Amino acid sequence: MKLELRGLTVRFGDRAVVDIDHLSVGQAEIVGLAGESGSGKSMTTLAVLGLAHTAGARVAGSITLDGAELTGLSPGPYRDLRGRRIAAIFQSPATAFNPVFRVGHIATRALRQHGLAGSEAADRLTAAMRSVLLAPDLLRRYPSQLSGGQLQRVAIALALALRAEVLLADEPTSALDVTVQAQVLELLRELRDRDGMSVLFISHDLAVVAEMCDRVAIMRAGTIVEQGPTAQVLAAPADPYTAELLAAVPTVGSGAPP
Amino acid sequence: MTAADDPRASGRAAAAPGLTNADGATKERRRREEGRRRLSGGPGASEPASTALLEIQDLAVRFGPVRAVDGVTLAIPAGPFGLALVGESGSGKTTIGRAVLRLVPAAGGKVRFEGADVTRLRGRELKAYRRAAQIVFQDPDNSLDPRVRVGAAIGEVLAAHRIVPRDRASQRTAELLGEAGLDPALAARYPHQLSGGQRQRVAIARALSVQPRLLVLDEPTSALDVRTQARILDLIADLRARRSLSYLLITHNFAVVSQLCEQTAVLYLGRVVESGPTGALLGAPAHPYTQALRSAVPEISANRRRQRIVLPGDPPDATRPPPGCVFHPRCPLAIDRCRTEVPALTAIRPGRQVACHRAEEVLAGASAG
Repeated sequence: MKLELRGLTVRFGDRAVVDIDHLSVGQAEIVGLAGESGSGKSMTTLAVLGLAHTAGARVAGSITLDGAELTGLSPGPYRDLRGRRIAAIFQSPATAFNPVFRVGHIATRALRQHGLAGSEAADRLTAAMRSVLLAPDLLRRYPSQLSGGQLQRVAIALALALRAEVLLADEPTSALDVTVQAQVLELLRELRDRDGMSVLFISHDLAVVAEMCDRVAIMRAGTIVEQGPTAQVLAAPADPYTAELLAAVPTVGSGAPP
Repeated sequence: MTAADDPRASGRAAAAPGLTNADGATKERRRREEGRRRLSGGPGASEPASTALLEIQDLAVRFGPVRAVDGVTLAIPAGPFGLALVGESGSGKTTIGRAVLRLVPAAGGKVRFEGADVTRLRGRELKAYRRAAQIVFQDPDNSLDPRVRVGAAIGEVLAAHRIVPRDRASQRTAELLGEAGLDPALAARYPHQLSGGQRQRVAIARALSVQPRLLVLDEPTSALDVRTQARILDLIADLRARRSLSYLLITHNFAVVSQLCEQTAVLYLGRVVESGPTGALLGAPAHPYTQALRSAVPEISANRRRQRIVLPGDPPDATRPPPGCVFHPRCPLAIDRCRTEVPALTAIRPGRQVACHRAEEVLAGASAG
């Protein structure tokens, strides 16, 4: 398995906000982690990124990347790995970019952090921008001059330029229009198909999960209540909570059109 | 399906008067009638009377060089009735809602409410209109003052519009919270002590406190979890029936629309590109943009999924709209004519209008598929 979590707990004081027995993402696999606000999805992301302690949480258990243990790694090596091998994109791309710098400056600095500079860095960035269907000259703009969908694609391009192996996508399309959501989802699927990227796809929207994910884990109050192949879990949910979430998804023509 | 078939509509309408005591209800009714008289007797009284509650005619809104809304015509009958405004960010849907409420000035065109020209209302008429038409925003975090307890936030509105005598304000507040599905005891809480769904219910209760006849619902559930969203949509359906509400529902989500709106208008770059009865429009879109929006809605069931039409790029810069049809740079069906000639919004079927040179082909393809 590319990424594997075993007996992972994230605690604030005595309270466990994440308590995952087992969750894995294989090479070139998209695995959904679905649940509502407060279910622990985002704390799981932070734990994998080795950043949970910055929120004041304590992490215990095992997180492995290609079998190598990440928990207990000291800050230096973790920093080297974060972004380069495990990249992340978040719900609100606007808050992920410092508004006072040009997008290109932010991207270049991130590449330099991982030892990529000069023409190689520039070439990789240009190629990555093209593969997310953005004109490379958008890099000269400030974050506020790009749309939410464009910024999200720049964030993905950065992961591509660094040749990330695992992408943690935390509600990557929840703040976007449906049409832009469709673009970003298609792009993520391509990254998997073309670049073999492994994706942990975090979402509260089971319809999006249904379209994107090979497998899905349903999370509630920090624990995974069920997991399995997406089609199977969604067609015949074993846990009543999954059924509740499914029933709540609005579909076109499903309601009682007045 | 008609409103009478809707299980949510039945039996609820009778419940509303029970929420206020007889005395309060009579006073409120009198106040409403007074408001209506003032409104229709206002400066707009010379305008022709009409059956529509709200009529938007050739509305234009400009922000400097940007034509945010460009010649939009829409109507909403007296409630219960829902009109959806659907489109991407920047399509002008929110601006239309704000212009209707006079939160932004119209650069051209007319907005009539019960026959009165809203753009010319002043003084008492304007205040009466502020009671008649209310708004619920996407993010209750920004519309509720974090330092004001929930009960006081509603009480403030009741006092400003003298809805009930001061000594009845807290009772009325409790009733409103109850109607919005909240425990009246929450009146003592601050917004941050509530969940997102509860905060949105408070915003709805506050909007209802002045007995509006029209609501502008601006993405009311976009910031909420699915289960919370489903409950808020149920609440809106419920209130609509009980209070005979009309509303403009602003959203980018077609799934939300089909539950709550009889009529849908699709907007692109400040213009209506298609409008019609929601069922017919979603069942067989006549504009390629509607088709793309419709196909972009994620579906749980694989056999309901449509061939997805992914539109290239973003909506164009509104300061420099493209010539011809504004949608042509992203349109998969664009032909030469689309690059030069602006398509007019024309009736294509009874009750359905579309602005596309190739609408008949799109419609034929949609019904064939």
